[in-house]
Amino acid sequence: MAEIEAIVMPKWGLAMQEGMVASWLVEEGEEIEKGEEIADIETSKIANVFESPVEGLLRRLVAGEGETLPVGALLAVVAPEEVGDAAIDAFVADFQARFAAEGPSVAAAPEPQTLEAGGRRLRYLELGDAAGTPVLLVHGFGGDLNNWLFNQEELAEDYRTLAIDLPGHGGSTKEVGEGDVGTLAAAVLAFMDASGIERAHLVGHSLGGAICIDLALNHPGRVASLTALAPAGLGPEIDIAFIDGFIASNRARKLRPFLEMLVHDPALVTAEMVEDVLRFKRLDGVEAALNTIAQACFPGGRQSLEFEARLEELRCPAQVIWGKQDRILPASHGEDLPETLEAHLFEDAGHLIHMERAREVNALIGAMLRR
Amino acid sequence: MQLSRDELVRAYRTMRTIRAFEDRVHEEFSAGNIPGFVHLYAGEEASAAGFCLHLEDRDNIASTHRGHGHSIAKGCDVRGMMHEIFGRKEGLCGGKGGSMHIADLEKGMMGANGIVGGGPPLICGAALSAKYLKTGGVAIAFVGDGASNQGTTLESYNLAKVWNLPAIFVVEDNGYAESTASAWSVGGSQLDRAKGFGMPGHQVDGHDFFAVHEVAGEVIARARAGEGPSLVHVKFSRYYGHFEGDAMTYRASDEIPRLRKDRDCLELFRKRVLEAALLEESELDGIDEEINSHVAQVTDEAKAAPMPTERDLLTDVYMRY
Amino acid sequence: MARKSYRQAINEALRQEMERDSRVILMGEDVAGGMGAEGEDDAWGGPLGVTKGLMPIFGRERVLDTPITESAFIGAAAGAAATGLRPVAELMFVDFMGVCFDQIFNQAAKFRYMFGGKAVTPLVIRTMYGAGFRAASQHSQCLYPLFTHIPGLKVALPSNAYEAKGLLIQAIRDDDPVIFFEHKAMYDEEAEVPDEAYAIPFGEANVTREGEDVTIIAFGRMVNLANEAADRLAKDKISCTVVDPRTTSPLDTETILETAAETGRVVVVDEAHPRCNMATDVAALLVQEAFGDLKAPVRMVTGPHAPVPFSPALEDLYIPSAARIEAAVRELVAGS
Repeated sequence: MAEIEAIVMPKWGLAMQEGMVASWLVEEGEEIEKGEEIADIETSKIANVFESPVEGLLRRLVAGEGETLPVGALLAVVAPEEVGDAAIDAFVADFQARFAAEGPSVAAAPEPQTLEAGGRRLRYLELGDAAGTPVLLVHGFGGDLNNWLFNQEELAEDYRTLAIDLPGHGGSTKEVGEGDVGTLAAAVLAFMDASGIERAHLVGHSLGGAICIDLALNHPGRVASLTALAPAGLGPEIDIAFIDGFIASNRARKLRPFLEMLVHDPALVTAEMVEDVLRFKRLDGVEAALNTIAQACFPGGRQSLEFEARLEELRCPAQVIWGKQDRILPASHGEDLPETLEAHLFEDAGHLIHMERAREVNALIGAMLRR
Repeated sequence: MQLSRDELVRAYRTMRTIRAFEDRVHEEFSAGNIPGFVHLYAGEEASAAGFCLHLEDRDNIASTHRGHGHSIAKGCDVRGMMHEIFGRKEGLCGGKGGSMHIADLEKGMMGANGIVGGGPPLICGAALSAKYLKTGGVAIAFVGDGASNQGTTLESYNLAKVWNLPAIFVVEDNGYAESTASAWSVGGSQLDRAKGFGMPGHQVDGHDFFAVHEVAGEVIARARAGEGPSLVHVKFSRYYGHFEGDAMTYRASDEIPRLRKDRDCLELFRKRVLEAALLEESELDGIDEEINSHVAQVTDEAKAAPMPTERDLLTDVYMRY
Repeated sequence: MARKSYRQAINEALRQEMERDSRVILMGEDVAGGMGAEGEDDAWGGPLGVTKGLMPIFGRERVLDTPITESAFIGAAAGAAATGLRPVAELMFVDFMGVCFDQIFNQAAKFRYMFGGKAVTPLVIRTMYGAGFRAASQHSQCLYPLFTHIPGLKVALPSNAYEAKGLLIQAIRDDDPVIFFEHKAMYDEEAEVPDEAYAIPFGEANVTREGEDVTIIAFGRMVNLANEAADRLAKDKISCTVVDPRTTSPLDTETILETAAETGRVVVVDEAHPRCNMATDVAALLVQEAFGDLKAPVRMVTGPHAPVPFSPALEDLYIPSAARIEAAVRELVAGS
C-alpha cells in the first residue's frame, strides 16, 4: 500500500508550543515539492512561511486557516492518487485519536545553561552531540541565542552546536566592559576556553559576524571556518537610526518600526516578537550595555572597525551571506571581497537573513561545515 | 527647665508671630479677601511653640485643619504661608493647598490636614522612618479633641506602642469639636486612654508656655531615647470660631473676654519673664512691633501677588505620569 | 529564565528590590506571621504565602508585621514614604479599603498636589482582588475603578506572572503612590519569568495578539479569558486583537484607540461591577475619540451590579467567562 504522510505543525525554536495557520498557500489536489512554501504560520515569536518537509500529492488540508494548534498536530496529508479517500479519512482519524491521547510529544525542551567565563556569566544553548569540531553561533546587536531558532536545530542534527548570548544580551551578564568588538570577541574566546572548545566553526550575524571575523583573523588556530551573516566591520556605513531607535524605544508602538527595518517583509514582525525584544530591553542593565556597545562600535553613526584591509589574511574557509535589501548594514559591503571570503547575496531579503532565508542559509552553512 | 535668653526670645517671637498672623487673617477674611475655609489658632500658641521649640528639621509634625500655628512654630515661611492662604502662585504650596494643607516637608512639617484624624497614622510612618533610618528624629501628631475620638488616632496609639515608635500624640483640647463640647464628646479621659495603650500620659495647661515646654521636653527626650510614644493632653481655648464665620453661639457670652483677660498665653509669658527679669519690656514691645509690621508687609505683598494660572492646574499631580 | 508562578514572581520582585535598595520595607498583617507568638517564625508570609521567606532574609526590621489596623499602617506607610522610605504595604484584601481609604485617597494621593509639588510619596500598596475564591461579598471585589478615579494614584493590574514581576518592580521604583492589584485566583498560574530584575513601564498596553475582526480590551485576569476566547474564535476564522492595558492609571489610551480603529469592533472585559468601571471608562473614551472608526456599538462584558455571591453555583455565574466574551464577539461580528 502506498505511503500516507502527515504534515504536522513544525517546531520553530525551543519556546514554540503552538502555531497558527494564518493561510494555506497550496490547495488540495496540488503536487507539492519538498521545500515548497505551503503555508504561512504564526507563532508567538514570529510569523514565517512553512516549507513542506515532504513531497507528493496534497490530499487533505486538515488544519483550517486561523486555527491555532500545538506543535506536532496534523496540518495536512500527502498521499499518492491511488490511496482512497476512506484510507485518508482513517489515517486522519487514527492520527487525531493518537494525538489526543498522547498529546503533543513535547520532548523535554533543552534549557539554556550558563557558565562563568572571563569574569562574566554567559548563557548558551547547546544542541546536538555529534563528535568533531562544534559550531558556535554568535548573534548580533540587541539579539540573543533565540535568533537561531530556524537554524540551530537543523545544524544540530549533524553537529554539536552552541548558541551564546553575548555580554549585555539575553541571559548573560549585562556588564560589557568597553563594549568594543575586541572585548566581545575576548568574551567569546573565554567562553570557548571555559567550555573546553579548542577550535570551532563560527557563525555570526551582524555585530556577531564582526566578532567572528575578529576571531578568525586574530586567533586563526581556534577557527575552523567562518560564516558571517550580514556582518559588521566590512565598511563604514550603518543605519545608525536603527541602533538609536532600538535603544531608545521602550514602547511597542515606537519599537516596531525599527524591528521592521530588520526584515524585507515587515509582516514577519509580530506583536509578540516586539514584546520579546521589549522584555529583553527591560532587564536591568541592558540599556546601559547597549549604549556602551553602540558608542564603542558605531561612534558618530559610523562603524569604528573595518576589517576589509585584513580579509586576505583569512586562513580558514570563509563566507559572507547578505540580503540585498538589508537596511541596517548595506549588502554592498559584501561585494568586491577578496577571494578568501566567498559572498552569497540574496534578493528580497533583509538583515535577518538567517530567519528570512533559513533554508538557503542553513544549506550554505552546512556546505561550509562539510568542507 | 531653664531656658536661655535666646530660647525665650524665640518662644515669644513664635507665639507673637502666630497671634499677629491669625489676627490679620481674621481681619482679611472678615473683609472678604480670603477664599475658602480658615481655622484660626489664636489663643493656642503656647502649645505649638512649647513643643516645636524642642524640634529640629529632622523631626516631623503632622498638624490639623487649624494648622497655621504649628506651621509657623515648625519654621514654615510666613510670607509663603500668607501667599498660600490668599491662593497665590508664590504660596508655600503654589496656591494648590490653601490654609488646610500648608506643608513644608523640608522643615518637617507634614501638612495641615483637612481630615480630622488624618495626621496620626502619617506620624507613625514618619516615626518609623526616623527609627529605621536612625536619624534620631521624633514625630509629633497634633490632634484636636475631636480627632481624639477618631479611629485613626486610637489605632495610631496602638501601632506606635507595639512598634515602639518615637511618636508623640498631642491632644489639643480647646473645648470644642466644631460646636460640640469635648466635655460631652470624649468618653473617659485622654489620660486614661494613654494608660489603656500602655504609654505615659500628661495633662498640661496649654495657656502656660513654660508648662507645655517642660512636658514637651520630657516626652520628646523619651522618644529620642527609644523609649516609645507618649500622649500629652493640652487644655486651652481658641479665641475665634471653629472656622471663620462661626458666630460661636454655642459659647457663653463672657467666655472669650474672660480668657483673653486672664488666660492669654502671650500675656502670661510676658508677665512671667518680666517678673523674673529675664527679658526687658522694651525688647518684647520691639518684637511685637517688628512682627506686626512683618505680617502687615507679607499680607500686602500677598494681596498684590499674582494668582496661579491655567498652566499650573495640572502640574504636580504626579512625579511622572 | 524559568517558569514561575504569579506568587513566586511577586516574591522575587520584592526580594530583588529589597536587595537593591535598603529603603524598601514591607509591612502588613502577617506578611511574616507569627509575630509575638511562641510557634514558628515567618509562619505565614501573608495569608497566601506570597511574602514567605522574605523575613528570614531581611529581618523583622524590614518585614514588619502589623496589628489588624489598616488605617494606622496604611497611613504609616504613606507617612514613611513621604519621609524617606519606600514602603510596600500589603492591604490583604482590597475590600478592606473601607477602613483605610482616607489615608490612601485623601493623604498619600494628594500630598504632591496639595503641597505644591514638594512631596514625593514612593508608596506601594499591594492588595488582593477578584472573585473565584468562594470568598463571598467582602473578600472578592474588583475595586480598582475606585482607585483609578483618584488623581495622584497609579493602578497596576498584572495579568500573569511575567507582568506581575515587572510591574511590581516598576511600582517600587516609581516615585508616585501605586496600588498594585493581585488577583487571588492567579497566584498559582505560571509563566516564563526572567531571573533578572526588570521593570515594565506604566501606561504601556500589551497587545497579546493581533487580529482583524474584533478588539478585546481586557483587564487583569480577564486578559487570560480574552485570549482563551480569541483562541476559540480563531477556529471559526474570527480573528481578535487582545489588549492588556496593564495599568488603569495611567491608561494607554493611544493603544486602545489605535487597536479599536484597526478592527472597528470592540469588546471591553472587566470583572468589576458594570457601573463606572473600566469598561464604561473605555467605552466612553471610544465614543468620544473614535466614534467614526467604530462599525458597531462597544460591547461590555462585566460582572453584574450585585455583590459577589458565596455559593459556587452563583459565583460561577457572576464572573465573566471566556464563553461570554466569545458570545459578545460573535454577536458583534454577526451584527455588522
